[in-house]
Amino acid sequence: MKDSSWRGDFPLLRNRADLVYLDNAATTQKPTVVLDALARYYGCTNANVHRGAHRLSDEATAAFEAARETLARRINARSSREVLWTRGTTEAINLVAGSYGPLAVGDGDRILITEMEHHSNIVPWQQLCQRTGAVLRAVRVLPSGELDRDDFDARLEEQPRIVSISHVSNALGTVNDLPTLIGRAKSAGAVVVVDGAQAVAHFDIDVAALDCDFYAFSGHKMYGPTGIGVLYGREELLDAMPPWQCGGEMIERVRIEETTFAPLPFKFEAGTPDISGAIALAAAVDYLDRQDGNAVATHEAGLLAYATSSLNQVEGLRIVGTASAKGPVVSFLFEDAHPHDVGTLLDQQGVAVRTGHHCAMPLMDALGIPGTVRASFSLYNCLEDVDKLCQAVRTAKSML
Amino acid sequence: MTLAASATSLDDIRSTFGFFDSWQDKYAFLIDIGKALAPLPAAYRVDDNLVRGCQSQVWLVPRFDGDRLKLAIDSDAHIVRGLIAIVLAAYDNRSPRQILDFDIEGLFDELDLMGHLSPTRGNGLRAMVGKVHSIAREHTDS
Ligand SMILES: Cc1ncc(COP(=O)(O)O)c(C=O)c1O
Repeated sequence: MKDSSWRGDFPLLRNRADLVYLDNAATTQKPTVVLDALARYYGCTNANVHRGAHRLSDEATAAFEAARETLARRINARSSREVLWTRGTTEAINLVAGSYGPLAVGDGDRILITEMEHHSNIVPWQQLCQRTGAVLRAVRVLPSGELDRDDFDARLEEQPRIVSISHVSNALGTVNDLPTLIGRAKSAGAVVVVDGAQAVAHFDIDVAALDCDFYAFSGHKMYGPTGIGVLYGREELLDAMPPWQCGGEMIERVRIEETTFAPLPFKFEAGTPDISGAIALAAAVDYLDRQDGNAVATHEAGLLAYATSSLNQVEGLRIVGTASAKGPVVSFLFEDAHPHDVGTLLDQQGVAVRTGHHCAMPLMDALGIPGTVRASFSLYNCLEDVDKLCQAVRTAKSML
Repeated sequence: MTLAASATSLDDIRSTFGFFDSWQDKYAFLIDIGKALAPLPAAYRVDDNLVRGCQSQVWLVPRFDGDRLKLAIDSDAHIVRGLIAIVLAAYDNRSPRQILDFDIEGLFDELDLMGHLSPTRGNGLRAMVGKVHSIAREHTDS
């Protein structure tokens, strides 16, 4: 496994051959098939959708809706009506908080998140609390980067109406035990929202088996383009929810006095959608589906294990986040060096990592650290990338 | 070897930077002059003194001694402290007029600093310069 058999599928890695790209949790690179899907759409099929006065528009609509079917299959939704296109995870969570939130919570009701959430799974709920008088609570995180299960259970006793948790932590890589957590939350009567942004590129997602009510993710973190993402929602809930944004596409009949709305999923898709993005995201899913999932998982787990053991050998370095179940993410710190300094010196050496709070300031506060240096891996990374990272880390350390 | 005294002069910075051609030497020097900087007492490291627009935390405390602006600036990151040392060499203990007349972009070009900084770092440096400028401007209009 000195090399990755997937590397050749990604033009950027060829065009930037000197770069060691380890910022995959921020966004992944795109395979040729995704770039081709974008070019083919604009070159051959481009027309507005659902306004089919002509054949081209019908073709675009068919491709767009076929993409929705592809995504529905990928996450095992019961129907493509449960798959809403959004700009990404952030917009998906805002949609739930904005449209479902006021139906679910009122004054004094609890909303439960965790300390490890990305800001996009915190701030929309805070805003909802401000509007409704609901109260936001966060499950504590242990020094290992795992959720404090006792605290989770204690918080459930407050009977939160909504529980919103990440599948995989972007800052530390911790994989939350969703089957158990969701089971308990549902027994306590909560509706469960999952932030799947960091899971979709690495794990098979089965929303039916998970039994979550909403599942949000971004296309750009799973080899698709930026600007497109998905909100999965349970059909009964989506049906009961009011529209979120209003305009064209989402209506059935508009009179000045009153409007009737289009059925699912269109009720939540006002305006011209990101047609090419949806089609290209489906191409990314097709690409993933064609790979041997076990081989990808083994490769990524190998990268994580090798990076963990190699970095642990660097004196003075401490890995932050030592959960037993992790995605391919390694966050670390030097006792006496600021993560930004380390990141800057790695960047000078052609190693792209992310440094700072990773949009998870409450998590950094809980762990009592200013931030971390984060290396995050993808299927096209190889052991040599890890070696280069470690070498660059040693050089940086010697300079600081 | 520490190349810098606690307050590194502009001439030192100019000649030393010109002498290096590898990124590693330049950064090592930045880290050195940063480490040599007098730290700001903890009491001043408060949110009110933070410079907005910097990725790392940068605290800036201005004080006037007659018509001279005395600057105390600090950060929690070494490389940023190195950049602060350069800003201090250019601005500390100068009059508002001198500060506004000084061609700092010219200095950055001469040191080829921006070429070695990520855009975010460069923006942080400019935020610091902007803050000093706004203080200087407040004291020249009157
Ligand atoms: C866990 C998690 N949630 C949410 C987001 C936000 O995703 P996006 O910026 O694509 O909306 C991210 C992206 O970094 C993430 O890692």
